[in-house]
Amino acid sequence: MSRYILIGMLLGFILYKSEAVSWYRIFEMFRFQSFHMYGVIGSAVISGIIIVQIIKRRHVRNVEGQPIVIKDKNKSIARYLIGGTMFGTGWALAGACPAPMFILMGAGYSVFVVYMLAAMTGTFVYGLLRSKLPH
Amino acid sequence: MKESIEAIIAFLSQPWPWYVAGPLLALVMFILLYFGHEFGISENLRLMCAADGADELNEFFKIDWKNGGWNLMVALGAVIGGYMVSHYFLGSEGNIAHVSDATVASLNEIGIQVKKGEVPLVPEFISWEALLNWRGWLMIAGGGFLVGFGARYAGGCTSGHAISGLSALQAPSLIAVTGFFVGGLFVNYVIIPLLFPWTL
Repeated sequence: MSRYILIGMLLGFILYKSEAVSWYRIFEMFRFQSFHMYGVIGSAVISGIIIVQIIKRRHVRNVEGQPIVIKDKNKSIARYLIGGTMFGTGWALAGACPAPMFILMGAGYSVFVVYMLAAMTGTFVYGLLRSKLPH
Repeated sequence: MKESIEAIIAFLSQPWPWYVAGPLLALVMFILLYFGHEFGISENLRLMCAADGADELNEFFKIDWKNGGWNLMVALGAVIGGYMVSHYFLGSEGNIAHVSDATVASLNEIGIQVKKGEVPLVPEFISWEALLNWRGWLMIAGGGFLVGFGARYAGGCTSGHAISGLSALQAPSLIAVTGFFVGGLFVNYVIIPLLFPWTL
């Protein structure tokens, strides 16, 4: 279990020190006024594509000796577009997505407890409405 | 020995450029894959709902949240990481966001007063005091609600779709990220300028 705490701490350092936890950085990103956030996400994706291709071609195995399999996401448009748009709306309002929420709570910005309770409420309401929503 | 530790702390306390942060995020994704898991932070919101008893109310939360214990530990680690940076690795400038001059100009134009080189990491309108008016509730609680609802509806957030999903060349993740920008651009250009002509 402790290894996951260390991974989370690394994540905390990365997003804090690259200022991705900042409301102003998210504002700047949606205004296309700096390459910074595009550099962070873009270089993560390019590195990630290389890693995933190596995993697939070399049949890299995980810690338990099983081949690493990345599940394909279900094909649909509505859920990704509508859900994604709602997510982006919230992200730009609060200036934080779920990982920065945890990091900022640790940094002493305790108001993110309110954000977290609201996010849990949003998740719960989604669960209640799920069967009625287009997927 | 003490000097070299101080030198390492000073080195890590500088702002990290994008070309350090991005590949390290991919490394986080790879380490989790190696241990048999997929990177996705917003799943923790569902796990916390289930742990709080939502599993008895609704089928979507009938999951064994203890199987997600690893992910809750990642979230706990992120909290600890945030604490450590804010206490020991902040650097001489403190909690500053080094945004561009163009961003400072845009913020001032819509009535958000910030000075070049002194832009805080978290604005004063994201604070407990901000919850004394409706704008704070809209931005903090409204934003949180939409993030929580939207992330589960779309099946992932920035980590699950923009990083893991795009890395695995998943078309659904590209649609989700397009949605992130549709929502984000709408708020940025339409909603935020409406929220800030007045000081509340």
